[in-house]
Amino acid sequence: MNTPGESRPNPSAGARPNSGLELKPAGGLEVPENTILTTLDSVVSWCRKYSLWPMPFATACCGIELMAVGASRFDIARFGAEVMRFSPRQCDVMIVAGRVAMKMMPVLQRIWLQMPEPKWCISMGACACTGGIFDTYAVVQGVDRFIPVDVYIPGCPPRPEQILRAVMDLQEKIQRGGTIAGTTGLPELIDREQVVSEKRLSKGFTLAGERGDEDRFGYRIPGGPASLGANEPR
Amino acid sequence: MSTNVSTPKAPPHDETLATLAIFGDGVYSVASFRDNVRLYVPPARLVDVLLALKDRCGFALLSELGATDYLGYPGRTRSRFEVHYVLLNYDKAERIVVKVGLDDPDPTLPSVVSHWMGADWMEREVFDMYGIRFAGHPDLRRILMPEEFTSFPLRKDYPLRGRGERHNFRRLTRGES
Repeated sequence: MNTPGESRPNPSAGARPNSGLELKPAGGLEVPENTILTTLDSVVSWCRKYSLWPMPFATACCGIELMAVGASRFDIARFGAEVMRFSPRQCDVMIVAGRVAMKMMPVLQRIWLQMPEPKWCISMGACACTGGIFDTYAVVQGVDRFIPVDVYIPGCPPRPEQILRAVMDLQEKIQRGGTIAGTTGLPELIDREQVVSEKRLSKGFTLAGERGDEDRFGYRIPGGPASLGANEPR
Repeated sequence: MSTNVSTPKAPPHDETLATLAIFGDGVYSVASFRDNVRLYVPPARLVDVLLALKDRCGFALLSELGATDYLGYPGRTRSRFEVHYVLLNYDKAERIVVKVGLDDPDPTLPSVVSHWMGADWMEREVFDMYGIRFAGHPDLRRILMPEEFTSFPLRKDYPLRGRGERHNFRRLTRGES
């Protein structure tokens, strides 16, 4: 454990040796009253995390719960995230609430690309996270296969408290991983993010492929991997 | 409390079926389940029967048009596809179902858009889901599935989870977005 003398630089020691700069403070270095020392990254992240503007991409019943979170009983305004905007240009957190159909996926990706940096994504509910009970030809099995997701909320649909919890988790993530330039994600997950962004995963596999139970088309087929070709009726 | 003795009404559809007797035997067969009367019609006489129902029997509204794929249906001996037209007579509050059987290589039916404008999107949906073509339809495109979709997803020989169509989009990463 450091003694107080070691942790605090001695102001009378001056500049680095051989720098040619002489520092001769009159007295000791004093922090005035009502002044906080911090890093600029931390201040910027602090500002960002309390002014999240959600983009409500509500496609199904989860959207109803999302409306409840915005209303007075649960009141997402307590966390500074009440300004729902329906233009992606004005938003910085996308909340994907509900199942996403295959035909909707290009729209979702386009809206995500239109949102300005820095931006985050919350995948809300079982359908947005995994496809839920809709394992059919037309429903995307988890939006994280196609856009990056920061926070997942389980539930069908999730309780409003879970959404508030997700906002708090996202705030912590922004505080811990944010910089002035943008967001780098949680420090302990940077390696993993890099694997994804550089597409070092083998072809046809995404993050879900790490679980090892996924077939070529990204979902688990009972009875193990099968060759489900275009000419094979099932 | 009414003291009137209601006159016994003729069973519904009797008048309709009597009018349809102009077609003679062999054009259609009648089946009924509870109060639901169905006519089975060969594709060649479909428009004739529908127009007779519309013009002579007062079934002015085509309230539903749909199809079914009976592939692998237990005990099924008739054709694979069946298209049904549900007609409604506003004056008598009667409904009647007209069914047409179709078989596999290139199932085609005559379009009824020129007689009921409301059949436009319903025929497009049947085409989208089952691949049944409607000859004479003004704009027979897919209506629900994406344009580039190549299969007919409500056919029974189409896999429930699709053939990988839902995974053909590119993946956006943090760096790209």
